[in-house]
Amino acid sequence: MPNVTMTINGREMSANVENRTLLSSALRETLNLTGTHVGCDTSQCGACVVHVNGRPVKACTMFAVEAEGAAIDTIEGQANADGTLNALQQAFQDHHGLQCGFCTPGMIMSASALLKENPTPSESEVRDYLEGNICRCTGYQGIVNAIMAASGQDVPVAAE
Amino acid sequence: MADGGIGSATKRREDVRFLTGRGKYADDFIPQNTSYAAFARSQVANGTINSVDTSAAKAMPGVLAVFTGEDFAEVGGNPAGWLINNRDGTPMKEPKRPVLAHGKVRHVGDAYAAVVAETLEQAMDAAEAIEADIDEHDAVINMKAAVANSETRVHDELTDNLCFDWGWIEDNRDTTDAAIKAAPHVTTLELVNNRLVPNALEPRCSIGEYDPGTGDYRLTTTSQNPHLTRLLISAFVLGIPENKLTVHAPDMGGGFGSKIYHYGEEALVLSAARSLGRPVKWTASRSESFLTDAHGRDHVTKIELATETDGTFIAFRTETYANVGAYLSNFSTVTPTFLHGTLMAGNYTVPNVYVNVKAVFTNTAPVDAYRGAGRPEASFSLERVIDKCARELDIDPIAIRRKNFVKPDQYPFASAAGLEYDSGNYDALMDGLEGLADLAGFEARRAESAERGMLRGLGINSYIEACGIAPSNLVGVLGSRVGLYDAATVRVNATGNIAVMVGAHSHGQGHETAFPQVVADMLGIDPASVEIVHGDTSKIPFGMGTYGSRSLAVCGSAVYRATEKIIKKATLIAAHMMESDADKVAFNDGVFTVEGTNKSVGFGDVALKAYIPHDYPIEDIEPGLEETAFYDPANFTYPSGAYACEVEVDPETGKVTICSMVAMDDFGTVVNPMIVSGQVQGGLAQGIGQALLENAVYDENGQLLSGSLMDYAMPRADDLPNLVVDHSNATRCTHNPLGVKGCGEAGAIGSPPTVVNAVIDALNRAGLDVAHIDMPMSPARVWAAMNK
Repeated sequence: MPNVTMTINGREMSANVENRTLLSSALRETLNLTGTHVGCDTSQCGACVVHVNGRPVKACTMFAVEAEGAAIDTIEGQANADGTLNALQQAFQDHHGLQCGFCTPGMIMSASALLKENPTPSESEVRDYLEGNICRCTGYQGIVNAIMAASGQDVPVAAE
Repeated sequence: MADGGIGSATKRREDVRFLTGRGKYADDFIPQNTSYAAFARSQVANGTINSVDTSAAKAMPGVLAVFTGEDFAEVGGNPAGWLINNRDGTPMKEPKRPVLAHGKVRHVGDAYAAVVAETLEQAMDAAEAIEADIDEHDAVINMKAAVANSETRVHDELTDNLCFDWGWIEDNRDTTDAAIKAAPHVTTLELVNNRLVPNALEPRCSIGEYDPGTGDYRLTTTSQNPHLTRLLISAFVLGIPENKLTVHAPDMGGGFGSKIYHYGEEALVLSAARSLGRPVKWTASRSESFLTDAHGRDHVTKIELATETDGTFIAFRTETYANVGAYLSNFSTVTPTFLHGTLMAGNYTVPNVYVNVKAVFTNTAPVDAYRGAGRPEASFSLERVIDKCARELDIDPIAIRRKNFVKPDQYPFASAAGLEYDSGNYDALMDGLEGLADLAGFEARRAESAERGMLRGLGINSYIEACGIAPSNLVGVLGSRVGLYDAATVRVNATGNIAVMVGAHSHGQGHETAFPQVVADMLGIDPASVEIVHGDTSKIPFGMGTYGSRSLAVCGSAVYRATEKIIKKATLIAAHMMESDADKVAFNDGVFTVEGTNKSVGFGDVALKAYIPHDYPIEDIEPGLEETAFYDPANFTYPSGAYACEVEVDPETGKVTICSMVAMDDFGTVVNPMIVSGQVQGGLAQGIGQALLENAVYDENGQLLSGSLMDYAMPRADDLPNLVVDHSNATRCTHNPLGVKGCGEAGAIGSPPTVVNAVIDALNRAGLDVAHIDMPMSPARVWAAMNK
């Protein structure tokens, strides 16, 4: 089996994988980074979004071997160095941007990519950007509120 | 009230692990030496299995075992949870639902064999190598055709495809018929409540383990109610004694009803784990979720509303065909009957209601309770026909509803559909809605839309639902095979922190935050010192799980009662410590005091005394501080609401855009308003999805055309408006200790008719005579209705 070496959340890690092993499977099953979730088999749901060399990628659409030498960022590496929630994560908690938590890793990774590209997105830009991330629980209201708040803007519907 | 007690919008403690990737969902567990299961599933909807050749599969690399329906022929079936009787009193038809299909396959995706191998890839490869000789028959898909034609059957051993023909209330049939016949105005509407796929984002997953040393089984599974799953496996399917089977339902990525039920895959992994002596794991692909998770809704209904010419309601009468799919899933028979027919009086003083439901077997996936479960179907039928009636009689849609509302002084109110509503104030909700949604400003907004060439419409809806299911004695009479209480144990540890073991399962509802708010409020302590334990049958006394918006109303009441018992016992201990009579001891804000003295002792000191019982009245009071309560509700709870939706219809394309959605709900006491808002918003999104986007479509051969997230339109962030919710206009539930009603399903119940009413309003205001458009109101359907 091929060996793939990646820098994941700043740490070099390697794994033996089959040629057909997806990056999502390698992260979850070989490297035990189960924060990245798999919700579908057609690259529609977005629960598996990670950053590959700084860009958001659905980890189920990429073979693990394609990530050789890449810098991968996952949900496990998002908190502050002291373990506290980062500003975006904190905004999700403050604005009830999650319920079951299954889409949350992908949402956080997509949202952080959005804010890197566009630090003060409009509400419609937020909604457009999340088109590839499905949440079945929240109706997206808390998520949109959280991202607007994390970018220092007013929330569209005040949280209770 | 303690800080963070009842009424506080406390941030959710469970969020921290979910936001950092530390949640533990079923698929995150890989026990040592795990093997993997993959299923061979039918590609035809209706077929006779002549033979299943597993020899090639067994010879494949890594294959440990292959199972077929033959291996489970002697094992019990997965039963329906409710026995429904026909109008003539005879029982429903109840065919066996086997672990693996045997003799026949009855829907695309029906599993007839399973492979267990060292790796998932090996199991999947081997499952494809299974050779099944299956004779395909015509598929039974259309419900009315299925009833009319008993030659082609889903179940050969039955005489036809009709599961039951149910009347509610059968004794009221003749009087309702007579009332409609004599009425000056009758509005008739035929409508489809479209079939939906729940699509919890986490696919189902089950891991079976067996310890040959102790004979203990363990099932880690995606379940909204692990005790019910254990009961079904123990009492009906595999016969494993409950004390040898632990069902563990860890963090779960949503359920929405689809994970209430016991599925064959759970029995398979347990059986296989025993025969192989290794853990066996199966995780559904999204394709398997589409094909095999219980679907929702799928009703075809004719409803009639008889009125006086002034709009006073005289009678509702419905005839509904309800799809139950190929097999009876656990709640599939109660959902279209007692969770639907009993709500067909709505919020109204209508004197006559008669509901007829024909449940039909088809060669499709089983259909069962999905968020709302019967009540959305009732509310949709009622609120659509009321809107049509209002238009026919030229009465304002709000006025016609107000004219027929149950009034605040009429509670308890016996509805014509057989329920006793305990509290509510529908006029107050409508008053609140008119303000919150700024209905007075609608005309100006409509004019502005018209300037842009858009057709704007306003939809109004009132709903009532029944939650907190349900009094066990009552549901027993109605055919339930289980009780519907819930249970909680409050364990105060020696140093004063508390573990609360609850039967409800939390998979997004925030129990880990909200239940401690209740306990902390009652004990006057910091909620952070209260921990909730759920989802493990070995740790929890019992429970009937999470569905039907029942967690707080039923399990929360059990928590309340158990906490009351804690206070009672702690008071006795405190009285001894303060050398007082117990009836002179008061308990406030976490401190016991003796009236008229300055004696006091803190709750934590009492807890310590209970566990270190030196100088303790051991003859009178047992050591320890732990209490359990089973709570069986006295009635359903009755959340209600008034909703408004404004839409724009593009006359060129038929595309509907939702401009606003406003929900004004009465949930009784609200423990955590932030969580309640989130529940409503999530329900609204699913209801808007049903109204505009979602549709599970089978072709005439029984192939699921909308079988992936590419084909089945889930609501995305850019499909939805801002969702404005308010639940401050509350009336307490009168029969549970917290006064709570339940909020999990309201949004999905109230929103579909609101959206459809808005679209129909937009078209009629534009001079188009369109009485109804079936959901989902896709641009094609709306455009066709506009251009008919």
